[in-house]
Amino acid sequence: MTSLLILIPIALLMGACGLAAFFWAMNSGQYEDLDGAANRILIDEEREESQ
Amino acid sequence: MNAQSAFTPPPTDKLSSARFTVPGIKCAGCIAKIERELPKVEGIASARVNFSAKRVAIEYGPAIDEKGLTEALAGIGFEAQAVDDNPLGADDAERKQLVRALGVAGFGMMNIMLLSVSIWSGAEGATRELFHWLSALIALPVIAYSGRPFFSSALMALKHRRTNMDVPISIGVILATALSLYETATGGEHAYFESAVMLLFFLLAGRALDAVMRDRTRAGIGALLGRMGKSAQIMREDGSTQTIASADLEPGMIALVAAGEALAADGEVLEGISAIDNSMLTGESAPDPISESSVVLAGAINLLAPIRVRLTATAEDTAIADIARLMDEAGQSRSSYVRIADRASRAYAPAVHTLAALAFVGWMIAGAGWHQSLIIAIAVLIITCPCAMGLAVPTAQVVASGALLKRGLLIKDGSALERLAECDVALMDKTGTLTVGDPMPKFSHLSEAHKSVALALAQSSTHPLSKGIAKQLQANRIEPASLSAIAEVPGEGICGSWGGQDVALGRPLSASLEPGSSGLVSELRVGNQRHLIPFHDSLRSDCAETLSLMQRLGMKPSIISGDRSASVEIVAEQLGIEGQGDASPKDKLERLGALKEAGHFPLMVGDGLNDGPALAAAHASIAPGTASDASKQAADAVFLGERLMPVALAIKAARATMRIVRQNFAFSICYNVLAVPLALFGYVTPLIAAIAMSVSSLVVVANSLRLNGAAK
Repeated sequence: MTSLLILIPIALLMGACGLAAFFWAMNSGQYEDLDGAANRILIDEEREESQ
Repeated sequence: MNAQSAFTPPPTDKLSSARFTVPGIKCAGCIAKIERELPKVEGIASARVNFSAKRVAIEYGPAIDEKGLTEALAGIGFEAQAVDDNPLGADDAERKQLVRALGVAGFGMMNIMLLSVSIWSGAEGATRELFHWLSALIALPVIAYSGRPFFSSALMALKHRRTNMDVPISIGVILATALSLYETATGGEHAYFESAVMLLFFLLAGRALDAVMRDRTRAGIGALLGRMGKSAQIMREDGSTQTIASADLEPGMIALVAAGEALAADGEVLEGISAIDNSMLTGESAPDPISESSVVLAGAINLLAPIRVRLTATAEDTAIADIARLMDEAGQSRSSYVRIADRASRAYAPAVHTLAALAFVGWMIAGAGWHQSLIIAIAVLIITCPCAMGLAVPTAQVVASGALLKRGLLIKDGSALERLAECDVALMDKTGTLTVGDPMPKFSHLSEAHKSVALALAQSSTHPLSKGIAKQLQANRIEPASLSAIAEVPGEGICGSWGGQDVALGRPLSASLEPGSSGLVSELRVGNQRHLIPFHDSLRSDCAETLSLMQRLGMKPSIISGDRSASVEIVAEQLGIEGQGDASPKDKLERLGALKEAGHFPLMVGDGLNDGPALAAAHASIAPGTASDASKQAADAVFLGERLMPVALAIKAARATMRIVRQNFAFSICYNVLAVPLALFGYVTPLIAAIAMSVSSLVVVANSLRLNGAAK
């Protein structure tokens, strides 16, 4: 029974972390441009210069 | 990147931001080019490409304005259009709300399932009670948050004394939650929290998919829209100019129309010689020459030189507004179409309610007590809740529209796919639909040297015909000759000097037009020699293939065009189908009306604004990406690129989709026929409900995924 008192909060916390990460990803626009991210990997150049 | 901050310039460093629609972004190279080259222009701080939406967000300083930004984009080879406000904001918000609700429901489902599995595997006594209470603690806020889309829609339906799919869902979820709470409080054996949350999760997945599909296409079509003049430069009596929105224009005002600008109202040219592009109205791409006292219509684009126009009809009175009204009226009939999911739920919802009520009454009569009877009634509601049905339609349509998108066809929504599948007759416009709509020059009779002179002249002009010549010659790897003293005379052509000889490219001096051509012709003059360069609007390369595939699909294609009967007949004969020329927008409507009356479901394929009313009135309609804005908005689908094949593929894929949707429905019904007796006789425990629900949903999703290859 005592193990439950530790394990259940851990399980809930991990789930909540996942949910928080998902909300963060949505709000910071990670899903705005899915095809773009797939294409950007093909751009090879020294980005450091232009920044 | 972040859309919300796009219009709030940070005050600290005085940077403003603007967003542009750039349909020409096609590959990683384009992203790299825009993001690397733009910041090199003075005044531009940064540029960020959104590839999916074909948009560029630019941050810029006071050294440059929006017009400068468009020019900068044009300078690196991208045609761009400023996006004024966020017209897609509302739909975007709805989709995000659904996805958030889906995330929360997923979180709740996993955690409650964790607890439920331990109960099913034998947790007893105090542990079971603790787990039930924990489940309740998670389930209540999750259901309150994730259930809102269903509750509000069900409430709305009930207010209007109707019933929809959301009513049984809401009743099932609320009753199951309430009963589970009661069970938990009284230390009962079963709680149905996981079923309630899982139900919401699967149904939200269906809704979110539906929203994603609509948004994806709207972004694509939005990227193609927006060329109509929204304001005009009005000259005041003192000679100064003022920008006035098109709605506030009045007849009698004098507007200054710069080259490249679209007209915002009908009018008469006072001063200036130029050519206008009427393709917005007619779908025909040949530019019309205009001079003093020519009549120009709203939506036309001034191509060559600035003109002054006295406005004669504005806002609601313009020719374009007339056609828009005709389209509105024609579109009414389509709004009465009922989507298959709604048709199913209209029959389904009352049946489910009756069944649950009968189960309750039956068990009460049998003497089971209200508690037992209620549990059984709720089990019936949960097991019949249209989980698989909710996924049956959207999953199939999303997969099919994704497959079509890869072939260059944007479908506007699910209802469009359903209507496309029913079409059995196709009416096609000629110019711009069966043909490319972009007249191509023919110069096989020119020598290499003359070709390079023509290229050098054409390159220095912005006239569409010159652009066509330059494009074609460049594609043939011709090097431009070096010319001097190049000058352009609006309405006449462009001239220069080549090794001491006068050369010119422009309107033919002798008006002897070759019969049978599209009537478009340019003339290249080198010294005393004259060469005519005729233009031909060629058929799309896969016309015959497409039409034969349509015929194999049991559709009867025919041509209906506003073009001259003679030229329509030539094309019709070439393709071996029937053709009707000289058709006005009204004629097209009448033809559609006659077909509908005869019990057919006509498909209209067309591009010009003159096709607009027909596109809106047809059972389903498709427009090419080069069509006028109004036509693209009226059409159910837009196909991109030079090939016509996507039109036939759309029909094929739409029919395959409906086949899969029907299979999904048949499966759901079979599953209910098997599961309902179990529920009615009280054998359904939460475990069985959870397994049945997941399995049926997975089967439906897997079946829909077969559509991936539907557009081949």
